[in-house]
Amino acid sequence: MKEVILKPKEQPNIWLEAEVIKPDVFAGKGLKDIEALEIFYGSKKARFGDFFEVSGTASDKAEDVRIVIAGDVSRTKRVGEDMSAGEIIIKGSADMYVGARMKGGRIIVEGNADAFAGQQLAGGELIIKGNAGNYLGSSYRGDWRGMKGGVITVEGNAGGEIAEFMLGGKMHIKGSVGAFAGLHMKKGLIVIDGSAAGRVGAQMTGGSIVVNGRIASLLPGFKFEKKEKDIKIDGEEFMGIYSKYTGDHAERGASGVLYVRD
Amino acid sequence: MSIILKNGTVYDPLNGIDGEKKDILIEGGRIVDKVNERKATTIDCSNKVVMPGGIDIHSHIAGGKVNVGRCLRPEDHAKSVLPRTAITRSGSGFSTPSTFMTGYLYSRMGYTTVFTPAMPPLMARHTHEELHDIPMLDKAAYTLCDGNWFILKYLKNGEVEKCAAYIAWLLKATKGFVVKVTNPGGTEAWGWGRDCRSLDDVVPYFDISPRELIKGLVEVNELLHLPHSVHLHANNLGRLGNYATTLETFRIPKGKAANERQILQVTHAQFNSFGGDSWKNFESKADAIAKAINHSDSVIIDAGNVTLDETTTMTADGPLEYYLHSLSHLKWANRNIEMEAAPGVTPFVYSPKAATAAIQWAIGLELELLIRDPWKVLLSTDHPNGGPFIRYPRIIAWLMSRKYREKTISELNKAVNDRSTIHAVDREYSLYEIAVITRAGQAKALGISEEKGHLGVGAHADVAVYDIDASKLNGSEEIEKKFSSAAYTIKDGEIVVRNGEIIKTVDGRTYWVNPQVNEELEKEVMKDIEYNFKRYYSVNLANYPVGEEYLTRPAQVKIDTELG
Repeated sequence: MKEVILKPKEQPNIWLEAEVIKPDVFAGKGLKDIEALEIFYGSKKARFGDFFEVSGTASDKAEDVRIVIAGDVSRTKRVGEDMSAGEIIIKGSADMYVGARMKGGRIIVEGNADAFAGQQLAGGELIIKGNAGNYLGSSYRGDWRGMKGGVITVEGNAGGEIAEFMLGGKMHIKGSVGAFAGLHMKKGLIVIDGSAAGRVGAQMTGGSIVVNGRIASLLPGFKFEKKEKDIKIDGEEFMGIYSKYTGDHAERGASGVLYVRD
Repeated sequence: MSIILKNGTVYDPLNGIDGEKKDILIEGGRIVDKVNERKATTIDCSNKVVMPGGIDIHSHIAGGKVNVGRCLRPEDHAKSVLPRTAITRSGSGFSTPSTFMTGYLYSRMGYTTVFTPAMPPLMARHTHEELHDIPMLDKAAYTLCDGNWFILKYLKNGEVEKCAAYIAWLLKATKGFVVKVTNPGGTEAWGWGRDCRSLDDVVPYFDISPRELIKGLVEVNELLHLPHSVHLHANNLGRLGNYATTLETFRIPKGKAANERQILQVTHAQFNSFGGDSWKNFESKADAIAKAINHSDSVIIDAGNVTLDETTTMTADGPLEYYLHSLSHLKWANRNIEMEAAPGVTPFVYSPKAATAAIQWAIGLELELLIRDPWKVLLSTDHPNGGPFIRYPRIIAWLMSRKYREKTISELNKAVNDRSTIHAVDREYSLYEIAVITRAGQAKALGISEEKGHLGVGAHADVAVYDIDASKLNGSEEIEKKFSSAAYTIKDGEIVVRNGEIIKTVDGRTYWVNPQVNEELEKEVMKDIEYNFKRYYSVNLANYPVGEEYLTRPAQVKIDTELG
C-alpha cells in the first residue's frame, strides 16, 4: 500500500468541503493532479493545493491507496465521503460528514469527529479514537434510510440521535451517548459500553441495542421480558446478567430488543 | 428581435403540418409571415425538428402543498442540486425543485407554458408569489372548487346560476384559470373523517353526492364559457377496482362545449384505471378506460404516467394521501384549509421490483397507446405524483420505441406481463403524435390554441428546436437525450436556451379568467359571501382577493358568459 500524505496548511477561517479526499479520487493521480483538484472554500471554488501540502505517491488502484492527513482538519468537511476502498488516517480531528455514505475501505480519525460522521454508511469501517458528535451513522435529514452496513467504532463518547433509522451494520461506542440512541432503528446492532441519556431506542421497530452502563430512563413503550445471562447477538457474546426489554411498542408490530446490563 | 428558423422539419399539428421542411419567421414575439432577412438572426435548422414550445396542462409547480413537500423532504433536495451561473440562480430538488430551478428545467426541455393544477383559494396569494418566482414560462393556476362550502350549498339547493356567479367571483379573486375539482365530495367528507367511495355517497351535513357535484360544476363551467373544461381528479383515485367509478364518471357529462372542446378532463387517469380487489390481484384496466375514451365526445384525459422513480405525492385529496401513508408507513403531512380544501403530502417509491409500480407504469403507457386519437390523451406525470417532469423525454422515448418498452419490461416485476397488456401493444408514436400530446392537444384542451401550441401566423413565438434528424431516428436513448436538452428554446420571440443551456432569463405571463356576470346576480352572491366571511373565515373579505400586482405579466382573459 502506497501512502499520500496531506499536511494541512494554515487552518481556513471558512469551512472546506473536501469530499475529494478519498482513495477513489486520488488513485492513479500524480501529486500535481491532486493539488489541482477543486474543493469548495465556503461558497467559492478553490484549489486543493492551496490548503494542503501533498507528498508521497498514489497507487493506481483505490484499494491500495492510503491517505494520511498529518494534522488537524477540524474545519474540513466530508473527508472520505462516498469512498469505496483504501484507507484514510486522520492524525487530528475531522469536521462533519467524515465517511458519509462510505461503501468500503477504512477511515481512522485519531482525534474527534463532528456531527453526521458515517452518515448512511453502507460498508467499510469507521474508527473514531476520540469523541463523535451528534447523528453519528444517522440518516440524511428527513430520510428514512440510515446506516445499512459496515462498522463504526468510537473509543470515546458520542452525541445525541446516533444510529437514527439504522438498517444494518454495527456501531460500538466505548464511552457514553446522548439522548435518542437508535431512534427509529429497524435492524443492526448498537453496543454502548458507557451510559446512555434517556429515550434509547425511541420508535425502534427492530434490531438490537446493548447498554453495558446505565440508562437515564426507559421509555414507556419498552416491555420487560426477562433476565438473561451471557447473551449472544449476531454471533457476538456479551458476558454478564442483562435485563431484556422489547419495544418500542409505541410502534405497531415492533420487535426491537434492548439489553441493559444489571 | 426577428429570427428565421431556416429549413427545419416542422411538426405543427394544429395547422396540419407533419414533418414539412419549412422556415418559421419570428418578429415582435409572434410568428409572422415576413421579416427583414438582413436584420434577422438566422438559425440553421436543417436536420433539426421544430415544434411549438411544450405545454403542460397539469404539473404541481407552485402552491401550498408543493412547499409543504419541499419542507417535508430535505433528502429530496440533497439529491439534485443546481449551482448558479452568471445569469441563473441556484436551486435544488429532484421531485420538488425550487421555483427558479423549475423554470430553467422546463425551458431546457423546450417547454414554454406550464399550468399548476390545484390552488386552494386561501392559498392563492402564496401560489402566485411562487409562480412569480418561476421564470421562463407562461403560467396559470387552477382554483380548487371541490370542498368549498359555498359551492356545496348552492349546488345542493339547485342554485346553479348563483353557484356560477360565486365561481366567477372566486376565479377573479384568486386569479385562477380553471375550475379544478379534486375527489368531489370526498375532500369535504375527509373533514368529517370520511370519504366518498362511490358517486352516490353523500357528503356529511351537505347531503350532496359526487355525481351531483360533477354534473353541477360542468354546467357552471359551460354557463361561464371558460376556456378549459372542468378539470377533474376523479373519486376513488389510487384505490383498488376504481376503474368502475371512472367509467361511471365518464358517463356523467353529455355533449360538447360550444367551441367543440371537451366538457370534462379526467386528469392523471392512470391512477383511476385500477382493477382487482386486493393488492395481490391488482391489475391494469387501461384497456376499458381507453375504450370508453375512444367512444366519448365529451371527455378527454391526461395520462399521469409513472416513471419508476422515488418521488413525492401531493394532492388536494387528503384521504388518499393518508391511505398512501398507511400503505408505505413513510412520513406524511396533511393540511386543512378552512372552508375550502384538505390537501396531503407523502413520499412514494415506485420501485421497478414492486408489482404495483410496474403495473402503474404500464397503465400510463397503455392509456397513451390504446387511445387511438392522440388529441384525447395528453402527456403528464401529474408531476411530481407519478414522477418528476424531467422524465417527460423518457416517456416520449417509451412511446416512440416498442423496443425500449420491451427492455424496460424485462427489468420490471414479472406481474406486468400477466396483469397488463403493455407487452402486446406494438403501436409506436410518430413525432407528429408526440407534438400533439405535448403541445397542440394541450393547447386545444386548455382553450388557448388561438395563440399557443402552434406555429401559424399570429401565434406567440414559443418554439422548441431539437437536434433530431427526423429521417433517421437513432433509438430510444437518443430520443430521450435530445428531448431533454433542446437545441433552442424560443420564448416570446427570444432565444432563451441554446444546446440545453439557459442563455437568457425571461418572465412569462400569468393567465387568469375574468367571467362577466350581471350586476344583480353578483350583488346577491356578494351578500352570501360577506355573511359567510364574517361568520366562518379567518381572514377579512377585503384581504382575500389577490391583486394583479402579484402576477408577472398578468394576462387577463375577459369572458362574456351566459349570465352577462
